[in-house]
Amino acid sequence: MKQTSKQAAIPADVYVFGTCIVDVAFADAGMDAIAVLESMGIRVHYPEQQTCCGQPAMTSGATEQARAVARAQLRLFPEPWPIVVLSGSCTGMFRHHYTQLFAAPDPDHGLAIDVSSRAVEWMEFLASCPPLVSRNATPVKVVVHTACSAQRETNTRTATESVLGHWEQVQVVTADHATECCGFGGTFSVRYPDISNAMVTDKCDALLATQAERIVSSDCACLMNINGKLAKRQDALQGEHIATLVRDIVLGDRHD
Amino acid sequence: MTEATPIRILDNPREPSFRPAMDYLIDKRAQQFPDSDDFERLRVQSKQLKQAALSNLPALLEQAEAAMVANGIQVHWAETIEEAQATIHQIMLDTQATTMVKGKSMVSEEIYLNHHLEAHGLRAVETDMGEFIVQLAGETPSHIIMPAIHKSKEDIAALFQAHLDVPYTLDVDELIAIGREQLRTEFEQAGIGLSGVNFIAADTGTLCLVENEGNGRLSTTAPDVHVAITGIEKVVAHLADVPKLIRVLTRSATGQPITTYVNWIHGPRKPEERDGPRAVHLVLLDNGRSQLYQKERQQESLQCIRCGACMNHCPVYTRIGGHAYNTTYPGPIGKILSPHLTSLPDTPDHPKASTLCGACHTVCPVGIPITDLLLDHRAQATLPRREQWIWRFWSMFNRHPRVYRMSLGLMLRLYPLLPKWLGGWTRHRAAPALSHQSLGQKMAARPKKGVQSGAAS
Repeated sequence: MKQTSKQAAIPADVYVFGTCIVDVAFADAGMDAIAVLESMGIRVHYPEQQTCCGQPAMTSGATEQARAVARAQLRLFPEPWPIVVLSGSCTGMFRHHYTQLFAAPDPDHGLAIDVSSRAVEWMEFLASCPPLVSRNATPVKVVVHTACSAQRETNTRTATESVLGHWEQVQVVTADHATECCGFGGTFSVRYPDISNAMVTDKCDALLATQAERIVSSDCACLMNINGKLAKRQDALQGEHIATLVRDIVLGDRHD
Repeated sequence: MTEATPIRILDNPREPSFRPAMDYLIDKRAQQFPDSDDFERLRVQSKQLKQAALSNLPALLEQAEAAMVANGIQVHWAETIEEAQATIHQIMLDTQATTMVKGKSMVSEEIYLNHHLEAHGLRAVETDMGEFIVQLAGETPSHIIMPAIHKSKEDIAALFQAHLDVPYTLDVDELIAIGREQLRTEFEQAGIGLSGVNFIAADTGTLCLVENEGNGRLSTTAPDVHVAITGIEKVVAHLADVPKLIRVLTRSATGQPITTYVNWIHGPRKPEERDGPRAVHLVLLDNGRSQLYQKERQQESLQCIRCGACMNHCPVYTRIGGHAYNTTYPGPIGKILSPHLTSLPDTPDHPKASTLCGACHTVCPVGIPITDLLLDHRAQATLPRREQWIWRFWSMFNRHPRVYRMSLGLMLRLYPLLPKWLGGWTRHRAAPALSHQSLGQKMAARPKKGVQSGAAS
């Protein structure tokens, strides 16, 4: 297996970019992700002014609006700290599309390069730090849904394997057609609801067929799609942000 | 054909899906590229070969023409599909042939050749087994490599029974034998044969054609006249480049290290030769390609060597099949190519009918950044007014953090009371479960402090 990045010392400070989807629909998972970071002794800085990375507009062809919103985010990270992003495809947006969105001679070109070089997906960030100690030995069987962006634009897939691989009690199972898209694709799911449905149906069937106890993913857009389908069918499971699983392992059972 | 109603992709998944057939092709390809680093090396090499050829396209085309003419190949340039139709029609009239046998050629599909010839009382007979089946059914290919992939064994048995006056059989070998017997007679009698071209070598004026059934060889050698047709982007600098490209083409397309037949066509029969066509023609089609050639970014789609791997790996293609695209070239490559073909009406939805999952460009053997080009198409397109307003509002909302926070807080509070109907989304899914409080609100509500204790909460 390829090493995703060299294990570095844990930085004292990080920014967290929650992403709009975590903000709106996975806020508890966002808090779990932050709790894990803080348990590592990291000072977490959450810029209050953050909104959305701009991806929905960019992929819909509304480039000007995407640029305007992205530009507002560029200014939120003045210190040279890592920017830990809590959802997969948003990390891809920071890392791969900001430099194009603010291509020279845009006055923010340099800033975009700087911000994009510091953006790291939450799971990638964990993989770059020394292994976390588990406080919860309860065996658990999990299936990971890896977002397309995590396979193409970030190293989330290998990072997830390496982080979950540290814990013996975690059995990771692979779903059939694991690398296939879940059918979300932003506005695609609304423009082509029936094609999208055919895809998400297959995805849910494959995830459930693994008999895993927990379905996890680093990408909240995929999760919203998958969970919408699972809930509509009244399946017993719901997908969770992988931060919730990691929090349970690293910080132990919840008492609330 | 221009100025017509835009072509749209229907939101209509097929039952049953193509998935098993596509899985089979995906596996076969994967076996041919067991090492991703090796694949990457081959891909870079192929991409560079095609890019080098494209960067020098006008000169290479002239060089190729001179070399082909020296070899005795008659070269015809067709700017439009009408010109290409007329050229081939005229060659057929000059040859006094009434039946044309055809090897597989997507460019002949692009110019609607069969339809054109039939409208003028001439016969065109498809001799590739898949194309033959599709023609019997009165359809067009649903895949550029496997034209009849949408047909089951049962469909084919019924077609043969109905059209060829043979007993119904589900034995695949028998079905193929039936088809072959029909086609033998056609090969013997046809006065003209047509084929596509995979690569043109500019230095030697050679046409290269890969195929598995031998029908390509028969179509190009049995009749007295051979007409080849292809797009202008198929030219490469050197004959020695071709094997390097074939290596990735056949592996990507069918998972074969090489096809059963590789035809190298240098020209017509020489005086001392006992067989082969007496005349060889090549029709070079533009149909928008030279305009595409001038577009800096989109030009990369001209690198395509038509392996079809992007279709096989596309989760959308797999669900809807090739006919749903309503264009000659379906699937991911079709979405970025079709908008440039001047013979087609607009295809405004094609670049949108993608989740941008990137499976296509991951397997593209010539490294076409298909998802980036889809994004580029979306960025270039004019959005419908309603969508423009949505994004303007969205931008305003997301550029003003105070507005964002206040309206988000209000929305999250009201959300449980709202009806859960969100158009296409809730037809198949439950409405998203939103947080009671946003992450921003939760963070703002925390007591201000630096590092937490580090212990469990």
